[in-house]
Amino acid sequence: MDSIDLRLLVQLGVIGLTFFMLINASALLVLAERKFMGFMQQRYGPYLVGPHGVLQPLADILKLLFKEELRPKGADKWLFTLAPILSVTAAFAAFATVPWGAETTLFGLLDEPIKLGVADVNVGVLVVFAITSMGVYGIVLAGWSSNSKYSLMGGLRASAQMISYELSYATALAAVIMLAGSLSLREVVDAQQGTWLGFLSRWYLFVQPVGFIIYIIAGVAETNRAPFDFPEAEQELVAGYNTEYSSVRFALFPQAEYINMVTMSGVATSLYLGGWHGLLPFYTPLDPLIEANGLGWLVFLAKVGGILFTYIWVRWTVPRYRYDQLMQFGWKWLFPASVINLIVTAALMLYVLNA
Amino acid sequence: MIPLSSYLIVSAILFAIGTAGVFLRRNLIVILLSIEIMLNAVNLSFVAFGRSLGNVDGQIIVFFVMTVAAAEAAVGLAIVIGLFRHRESLNPEAFTTLKW
Amino acid sequence: MPETLVFYVLSGLAILASALVIGQRNPMYSVMLLIASFGALAGLYIQLDAPFVAVAQIIIYAGAIMVLFLFVVMLLNAPQEDAADWDRTHPLRQPGIARFGALLGLLLVVQLGWALMRASELDVPVAGRVDAETIGSVRQVGRVLFTDYMFAFEATSILILVAMVGAVVLARRETDQ
Repeated sequence: MDSIDLRLLVQLGVIGLTFFMLINASALLVLAERKFMGFMQQRYGPYLVGPHGVLQPLADILKLLFKEELRPKGADKWLFTLAPILSVTAAFAAFATVPWGAETTLFGLLDEPIKLGVADVNVGVLVVFAITSMGVYGIVLAGWSSNSKYSLMGGLRASAQMISYELSYATALAAVIMLAGSLSLREVVDAQQGTWLGFLSRWYLFVQPVGFIIYIIAGVAETNRAPFDFPEAEQELVAGYNTEYSSVRFALFPQAEYINMVTMSGVATSLYLGGWHGLLPFYTPLDPLIEANGLGWLVFLAKVGGILFTYIWVRWTVPRYRYDQLMQFGWKWLFPASVINLIVTAALMLYVLNA
Repeated sequence: MIPLSSYLIVSAILFAIGTAGVFLRRNLIVILLSIEIMLNAVNLSFVAFGRSLGNVDGQIIVFFVMTVAAAEAAVGLAIVIGLFRHRESLNPEAFTTLKW
Repeated sequence: MPETLVFYVLSGLAILASALVIGQRNPMYSVMLLIASFGALAGLYIQLDAPFVAVAQIIIYAGAIMVLFLFVVMLLNAPQEDAADWDRTHPLRQPGIARFGALLGLLLVVQLGWALMRASELDVPVAGRVDAETIGSVRQVGRVLFTDYMFAFEATSILILVAMVGAVVLARRETDQ
């Protein structure tokens, strides 16, 4: 087998692994969410299926698979079926341009190093942004096609919320893109290699603290999670846009939500936390060791896990806002803050760094 | 390699579809959608010409077309909503009060 | 050749989806089909080495403008055209001038097609003169946009502002003072 074939095989393997990991991440996150919720509410959480309840997601999925698929009588047949598919496809596709590890030869297996990640596109950040914005359609269509007022309200709320917060999110990203001078996520990550003053990791988090906070808040709103989970606010809308769904179709919505969380965390890690460079905010003797052994992807996974834990933590700590408060906050505070952050960054780059 | 004329033919077909939509359909929203199709057909030929001539001006014009399309959609849809409030209809034939 | 195949699939998809946009009567489906058409066009832009335009197409057209359309269709509860109405207003069924207009339109299509088929100087490979690197880079697009086209860029920002004010004024519900 010559090296081109091997390279192709390895690349396909990497793509398959990414897909597999994303599917498992959604199952794992369901379990993690319930376990952490239990911990925060001083109880055990799922405990019966498997040791310490670790097989609970499997049981959940099996249960959903065997349920009857229902479709309301007045529902639009095509769009009702299309909506969950669109949601989950957009969620998977958005992760495609997120790189999750440095270039590696797989311990000398390949002649030339291969990039860990599905695709390295030179407009990577924008691709993530574009495909995430396609995810809105899944939710809106689910809401509209169900022919139910709760679903419709949920769908309308979701789309209004996602469009509003997309702006702050994109503007926060733009500041980092300016600093790195590239739209490719891999180049942004590699710009964060090394340390400042010999001890502080060269993360954009320290240059863009406001941007990071804006990104995380907008990310919570984008993935429709508490405290911004209005599309599925139980007390007001039964279950929001997925009220009328059952069985596998229903399962696809939470799955899309969890994969979107992973994508959000992956992008945040790449843009603000240095991706696979620098395990901790300060220099540790471990850093050169990790770089030398090609274990950067473990660092990446650890950081993504940390952000995901924060998401779950926030969900079970902060109560839900009111819908008008959400819109006020998004348009009157978050968006101006992100614009000011962008202008200040640009001005500093121009007059101080002379970049 | 794909010749420039292939892109132009696709663009022409899309433009014809858009024009036909404006003339044939009796739904204000679909008429606006048809205008979007026409704008996109023009965008395609701009990008294709730009690629063929080797400068980025074609791509730049596309951004301006997109901006105009966004403004047009916002104002057009606002007008459609206003009209619908008056007549409870999206049929352009319903708005003939100023016709003589 | 895979490149040609991709071109035919994408352009076929764009044309089919656009034809269905005006070919069927549910406005909701029209909006969704137009999004599919825009996706196919974005693919064509990538093939033309304009990745930034492709992504902008998805973000601006499919992600923003079409959501606006979707909202309006949902808000107005999407009255469908009924078939009788469709038949009555079809230009080929109208007497006199409308039928003549349809004939002229058809003539224009034939003429355009004939002109495009004949133009042999257009029959050059589209990716002939420059390599993909120089034309596809975002840096280059940005540089030209913010130098040569600076005035037009600023003018569009005012256009957007005016459109926003106009939309708010037009769509506002009349309140009795």
